[in-house]
Amino acid sequence: MATVNPKMTHSDEIGGPIWLRYAAPQAFFPLAGRLIPWFAALAALLCIVGLYIAFFVAPTDFQQGESYRVIFIHVPAAWMSMFLYVIMAFWAAAGFVLNTRLSGMMASAIAPTGAMFTFVALWSGALWGKPTWGTWWVWDARLTSELILLFLYLGFIALKGAIPDVRRADRAGAILALVGVVNIPIIYFSVQWWNTLHQGASVSLTRAPAMAKTMLLGMLVMALAAWMYSFAVCFARARSIILERERDAAWVESMKGKA
Amino acid sequence: MRAAFLLVIRRDLQVALRRKGDLLNVLVFFVIVASLFPLGVGPEPNQLRAMAPGVVWVAALLAALLSLPRLFAADHLDGTLEQMLIAARPLPAVVLGKIASHWIVAGLPLALLAPVLGLQYDLPARALGVLAFSVLIGTPVLSLIGAVGAALTLGLRGAGVLVGLLVLPLYIPVLIFGAGAVSASLAGLDPAPHLSLLGAFLAVSSFVGPWAACAALRVSLD
Repeated sequence: MATVNPKMTHSDEIGGPIWLRYAAPQAFFPLAGRLIPWFAALAALLCIVGLYIAFFVAPTDFQQGESYRVIFIHVPAAWMSMFLYVIMAFWAAAGFVLNTRLSGMMASAIAPTGAMFTFVALWSGALWGKPTWGTWWVWDARLTSELILLFLYLGFIALKGAIPDVRRADRAGAILALVGVVNIPIIYFSVQWWNTLHQGASVSLTRAPAMAKTMLLGMLVMALAAWMYSFAVCFARARSIILERERDAAWVESMKGKA
Repeated sequence: MRAAFLLVIRRDLQVALRRKGDLLNVLVFFVIVASLFPLGVGPEPNQLRAMAPGVVWVAALLAALLSLPRLFAADHLDGTLEQMLIAARPLPAVVLGKIASHWIVAGLPLALLAPVLGLQYDLPARALGVLAFSVLIGTPVLSLIGAVGAALTLGLRGAGVLVGLLVLPLYIPVLIFGAGAVSASLAGLDPAPHLSLLGAFLAVSSFVGPWAACAALRVSLD
């Protein structure tokens, strides 16, 4: 059980340079609490603007008609699914090397959001594939590697969930995330090569030559919204993880009744 | 370092030979899984021949997975593993020895059996040779990657299912190029590129695998 070192006073622990100060859970907790409303508001705002561009401003695609508009959800979700895995692995590795408590908690907080975006990317891809390719699923290289990414997320979450000791869970999760990160390029290129060997280029994601500027703009705004959403949700989840793990710490005890 | 490596191999092989039943179970499982597919998809020879590389390789993956808990679990239960961890011998050598003996017991027999299963699927002689060779150099990768999963899940509840969830996605490249080599030879192409990549996986995983497995063991037994 992680507890605050009794020799250190409250002010000692959260001192130091600014980039280290918030590595302490009790310093990060209120900071995250202050930031969450801002990120949430930005996410909502950007999402509204992005969806407005997506549905009312962006032109209809001359090849795919209206169904292409799925990309405004699909592409940001796919981007986030990959970014978040790398960020998760980064925090996991930082926790493993530097032995900082908060890093492992951040990795745990990011994983469900990453898995969610991976699922959304797959799901929205299927919804787009039905009218465009005529099928919900094809064993396209990108679809397959996204599916494997979902498996990697689920494995990480399952491993952390199966280990009752949080310290061991963090360190075991870190090793798994790092092995996963080393493997992702190998898996990606394997799947790509497998795909070109086994089936002809019957379907491909390459679409009409240049994307209209408003389409790109809508996609970027939606991607920013996804980033803001991820910050808000991951911080909120990190806060609950902090409370759960540090419930016996003095600073949590002293907060009781205040909030 | 070499002495520790050889010592662990000898000891693990001795232990494995005293429980031959465990050994045989994995092989029987391998044969049963591969024999189920024709019953599921029908006896059409051409279809079966096209499926054979994938089916045999998937069966090999599952058989390798099934034998993973044996890698560390027994030694963990009776405390031997902890003694190995605190011994003066270098841990990577010990772990590599355990992985090597696991492969001799659970991987090598698969390579010897695979051509027999290939015959059931009416593979030509050349493809049989490629199949045996691809399983021969692919299964050590399965043992090396699997050791990390086995070490991470050591002593956990439901470790058997969990290790599958962790390890199977990482096995995918081996499956792709192992089965790909046989398919290439079936199609009259040169299987060498696939086999070279399998060899590359073997080289990378024999460097990363023991290191990660050692780190995982230290975490699990902390």
